[in-house]
Amino acid sequence: MNEVKRVSSTLELEKNRRSARWENFRRGVYRFRSNTLSMVGLCMLLIVIVIAFIAPMIAPYPEDATGATHVLERFQSPSKAHFFGTDKIGRDIFSRVFMGTGLALQVGIVIISIAATIGVTLGAVAGYFGRWIDDLIMRITDIFLAVPALVLAIAITAALGKGITNVMIGISLVWWPGFARLTRSLVLSLKEEAFVEAANGIGASHARILFRHILPNAVSPIIVKMSTDFGFAVLTAAALGFIGLGAQPPTPEWGAMINDGRAYFPSEWWVATFPGLAIFVVVFSWNLLGDGLRDVLDPRSRR
Amino acid sequence: MLHPEFLIPFLSDIWPNLVNIRFGYFIRRVLLLIPLLIGLSILTFSISRVIPGDPVGLAAGPQATPEIKETLRREFGLDKPLPIQYVNYVAGLFRGDWGESLYSRRGVAESLRAFFPATLELTLAAVLLAAVLGTTLGVLSALYKDRIPDHVSRTVVLFFVSFPQFWLAMIFQLIFGLALGWFPISKRMDILMIPPETITGLYTVDSLLRLDFGAFKASVTHLFLPALVLSFGALASITRITRANMLEALDKDFVKMERAVGLPERLVIGKYVLRTAFIATLTVISLEFGWLMAGAVLVETIFDWPGLGLYIVESSLRMDFQPIMGITILYGVVFSLVNIFTDLIYGVLDPRIGYE
Repeated sequence: MNEVKRVSSTLELEKNRRSARWENFRRGVYRFRSNTLSMVGLCMLLIVIVIAFIAPMIAPYPEDATGATHVLERFQSPSKAHFFGTDKIGRDIFSRVFMGTGLALQVGIVIISIAATIGVTLGAVAGYFGRWIDDLIMRITDIFLAVPALVLAIAITAALGKGITNVMIGISLVWWPGFARLTRSLVLSLKEEAFVEAANGIGASHARILFRHILPNAVSPIIVKMSTDFGFAVLTAAALGFIGLGAQPPTPEWGAMINDGRAYFPSEWWVATFPGLAIFVVVFSWNLLGDGLRDVLDPRSRR
Repeated sequence: MLHPEFLIPFLSDIWPNLVNIRFGYFIRRVLLLIPLLIGLSILTFSISRVIPGDPVGLAAGPQATPEIKETLRREFGLDKPLPIQYVNYVAGLFRGDWGESLYSRRGVAESLRAFFPATLELTLAAVLLAAVLGTTLGVLSALYKDRIPDHVSRTVVLFFVSFPQFWLAMIFQLIFGLALGWFPISKRMDILMIPPETITGLYTVDSLLRLDFGAFKASVTHLFLPALVLSFGALASITRITRANMLEALDKDFVKMERAVGLPERLVIGKYVLRTAFIATLTVISLEFGWLMAGAVLVETIFDWPGLGLYIVESSLRMDFQPIMGITILYGVVFSLVNIFTDLIYGVLDPRIGYE
């Protein structure tokens, strides 16, 4: 009898915990949906993602993104045949902008995942173990934070050599310290909570406490940072592409395309204008989305 | 909106706080710069040694014989073991010998001295613009919370921060420079105009000090467009923080009290709330300085502004590693000093802030 009762209460506890989480989640979704701007951002972003996938099918001249040239059709202004006009070697800019969408998103995803992985791991270890490990990791973080991200990214990418892969490596290497700082501060405060003490008391291992008890409670602010940083990572990558350190021709990288069009601006304005608008759409939708997520997930900023 | 008495009590509040500066704390902060700079020099040094390309080959040109390359290599000390190269490098930094450009053979330290004031002037102007625009929008947002002005200002700010700055710079050149003809679109001065004799290196300040108003006008018009574009980078965070701080200040008990005793709203907001919110915002503004100085890299490229940005972009494309190292270290030093300065003014503005 006694045994049965205990089982049922555990089940109930489990059910309650689930329903509390579910309730929380539904409340978050409701708050997010009632924020018009973040819904606009989400919709824009979904459209961008769809475009990234179907670009090869809807682009009228997909071969223009992979090296085809039509010198005879150079610098045609926007028309029915070429919605966004053509560039200096006659490539269709509409096709190139659309074909470049996937690359831009990919660059953002790679940068943010690498940076978050390095940063969260180092930050969590530093905050949890403290003492000399903390000192060591935070001093290294300080060195990376001492130079503005863009400048250090340029230096590292220049050293590694031009190319989109090196741009991603360079930016990831300067992006992790932000995540490390954030995670460390979250872990520092969560470490003092009663449930950590309890886990410690029943003999849970450090890894278990850190990954099962502390980090799950630190996820929200990290997700907010990932989404607000995504847009800026895309911007930074485009900036390096624009400088000339990024993707080399004929890759349809937006920053490099703007650089291409710069020499012919403003007489052939369309060459540089449309890739710029494309960057804007991606970054703007992420910023709207991030703003909404911050309102939902980060209670301190909710007013 | 701004009450005339806004600044007077503000300043009189601040002066006594100067006593509160804990000099010991700041000396420690400055001393902590030393390990930081050692770390930074190791970082830049390792970056420069990762360069898999062939900087010497690039500098010597395609026709160079192996002997010429070898001589160059020896000249730059690239043939010695790495630890010795590092020690030589750091010793050089202290002597003021920051290496030289493989490409132009000009000393890096000399170039940095020439280019730094241009970047500083651009960044200062941008921070100023961002502070004025950002706090105004933030205050509007807070006062009209969740109403049209709030939504408009938040959207506009997000809108402008989402454009790539190098692209926006081109569009602004087109609209305000070429189409409307309001502003010149490149360099710091008209080509035929002689820049003011150097005192600080900031053309606007120097021309004023020399009482050369023609040059002042020219330098301000040249400065405005790039500074405006650059300021957009900091607008979003300054607006957001001002808004949050204003809302927090509006929620304070003293505001309720002032309203309860019947102080006119103009006085409550314009004098007391603004002041409280502004203090908290100032630190963000000074932190933005560092970020804008980095953003200047791109804006300078477009406006042909002869500063650090143009220098690092050209050097990075040529794999000219000495200038890249020098610029990175200079940025690190300035950025760290700005951070310390921020802590300092924070303590002066709000004496309740304790230093650990």
